[in-house]
Amino acid sequence: MLRFNMALLLAVMLCSLGVITAQHKARKLFQALEAEQEHARGLDVEYGQIQLELSTWATHPRIEKIARERLKMQTPDPAKVVVARESSPRGGGGAK
Amino acid sequence: MKPHKYTESPVLHLKLDAWRSRAIVVLLMAAMVSLVGRSFYLQVINNDFLQEKGESRYRRDIEVSASRGRITDRNGEVLAISTPMKSIWAIPSDVKLAPDQSRALAQLLDLEQRELNRKLATDRNFVFLQRQIPPDAADRIAALKLPGIHQEKEYRRYYPSGEMTAHIVGFTGVDAKGLEGVELAFQNQLEGKNGSRSVIKDRRGQIVEDVGSIKPPQDGRDIQLALDGKIQYLAFSTLKQTVTDNAAKAGSVVVLDAKSGEVLALANWPTYNPNNRERLSGAQLRNRAVTDTFEPGSTMKPFTAALALEKGKFRFDSLINTAPGKLTIGTATISDAHPHGVLTLAQVIQKSSNVGTAKVAGTFAPKEMWEMFDSVGFGKPPRLGFPGEVGGRLRPYAHWRPIEQATMSYGHGIAVSLVQMARAYSVFATDGELLPLSLTKLPPGPVTGTRIFSPQTVQEVRTMLEMATQPGGTAPKAQVPGYRVAGKTGTAYKIENGVYARKYVASFIGLAPASDPRLVVAVMIDEPSNGRHFGGDVAGPAFSRIMAGALRTLGVPHDAPLNSNLQVAQVVAEPEGM
Repeated sequence: MLRFNMALLLAVMLCSLGVITAQHKARKLFQALEAEQEHARGLDVEYGQIQLELSTWATHPRIEKIARERLKMQTPDPAKVVVARESSPRGGGGAK
Repeated sequence: MKPHKYTESPVLHLKLDAWRSRAIVVLLMAAMVSLVGRSFYLQVINNDFLQEKGESRYRRDIEVSASRGRITDRNGEVLAISTPMKSIWAIPSDVKLAPDQSRALAQLLDLEQRELNRKLATDRNFVFLQRQIPPDAADRIAALKLPGIHQEKEYRRYYPSGEMTAHIVGFTGVDAKGLEGVELAFQNQLEGKNGSRSVIKDRRGQIVEDVGSIKPPQDGRDIQLALDGKIQYLAFSTLKQTVTDNAAKAGSVVVLDAKSGEVLALANWPTYNPNNRERLSGAQLRNRAVTDTFEPGSTMKPFTAALALEKGKFRFDSLINTAPGKLTIGTATISDAHPHGVLTLAQVIQKSSNVGTAKVAGTFAPKEMWEMFDSVGFGKPPRLGFPGEVGGRLRPYAHWRPIEQATMSYGHGIAVSLVQMARAYSVFATDGELLPLSLTKLPPGPVTGTRIFSPQTVQEVRTMLEMATQPGGTAPKAQVPGYRVAGKTGTAYKIENGVYARKYVASFIGLAPASDPRLVVAVMIDEPSNGRHFGGDVAGPAFSRIMAGALRTLGVPHDAPLNSNLQVAQVVAEPEGM
């Protein structure tokens, strides 16, 4: 009888130690998860900021200014434009 | 008393009444029962209070904030975006700052030290020190670990395209609710719903475990507008230039996709910068294209012509005598800017004869004319979803006098907004169908409208409108190299205090390419006062620039030989181009 009780006691001890370890591991994992989620939120915020920055750099007035002034680009003279038509019959297609 | 043994103690020999001991037992039992009862009550029956108290020792409810949706143009370019900022607030009575701490804080807050001290020297127990500062500055403030200084996450809305799209996008207030434009119109979709979760936090403030249910935050939906950033820029910059060149008071441009009814561009001048809204005037804030009405003038004439063709009363080449350039109805006289002789119906539109149009309108019953106006959307809001949309003024036909019917045929005595006018012109851009307008990008596919005119009528009116932009018409300056353009000028007097003043609204509304219209562009310039006031001179060139750029942006194939229009379009033509 005594031996049986001792065995039960040992089993209880082992189980409770197991519970403690499991709980500890769960908390560790949970914290890691939290950290990752925080990281994800941070990246999300950064994405928004980068998107904002992108659209600030890519505003049309700025692009036009750079194209015209720094790169010396201009709208092509309509007379120099050649229009290639796709759907016209074979041989007859092509440019104006 | 002499000593005695314990067993001989007289106390033991006292004979007390039996009820006394029983009474003690009963009292003790009663006390125990009441204790057990009380604890049963607290633990089992009414345990909410204590459980709550217990939980509050370790459980925290935290709010998970959701962000507001973005607004983008049809190509995904961002027009409005929220980014988290921190607001720094203080409980002044808790704040004890050493001089160097105070200096560091003031610097991080971008405040004068004196200003900071003034803010803290209040007896209120809550004061914002600085709202919406960048997160990294807020982190550095948090690292100072100052007592009584706290921070809070807030979202700030940015509008990268600024004044260019101010009227269409609108803006939000400090509480992140839409106040104007799309921000207000789509408030329900854009708004995010904050979530919440209950957690257990440990001593260091780290979250250890989730308890109870988690309510996930719902971020606001992104709204993709029909707006095309490039066309919007083109429309805005051209409008700005035109208003400045003509010393005008204001102006608006609307660009519609003729196939789908999408609003590709909508610009007004004057405008404002939605990122910095200090000292705004009503004139800057007004989305004129939608909320202001004006008497359109001659741009109304094609509708009169279309009705005449539709009812079979006139043909394309029916002759109308407009000599001597004056027509008296009742006590009023209608006159043409330049007198003409006998004109065909097409020429009446091409040369924009008021007399001719009034004569055509004289053959209509008031009811059929009213029905036509009503069917193309005049007199009722275009239902774009914008705040403050107006329907204009279209009086009931029962009270029309003949002179009113005559003036309405060429666009006076009736008031419309520019958006309404642009939409009505889409009838001539389709096969006679009026399309519903859309601010948001539509899935590809045909859009069904309401049939107003027959394809035959529309074809003929479009030819008339094309004649107006050709030599002999009122708007040769509205031509676009490489495309056939159809359109109509408008030069209307403005009403001030009930009488027509010598002030004008110059407008041009047109469509291109005329062989298969893709775009409707409407330009309106309010009070041009630099010598020129005719729609063809003021609004025509602006139309041409916007249309040319937009068609090129969209890659619409040319439908006219490039060289024929070139001489008109290029003021100083390059020799090798001819």
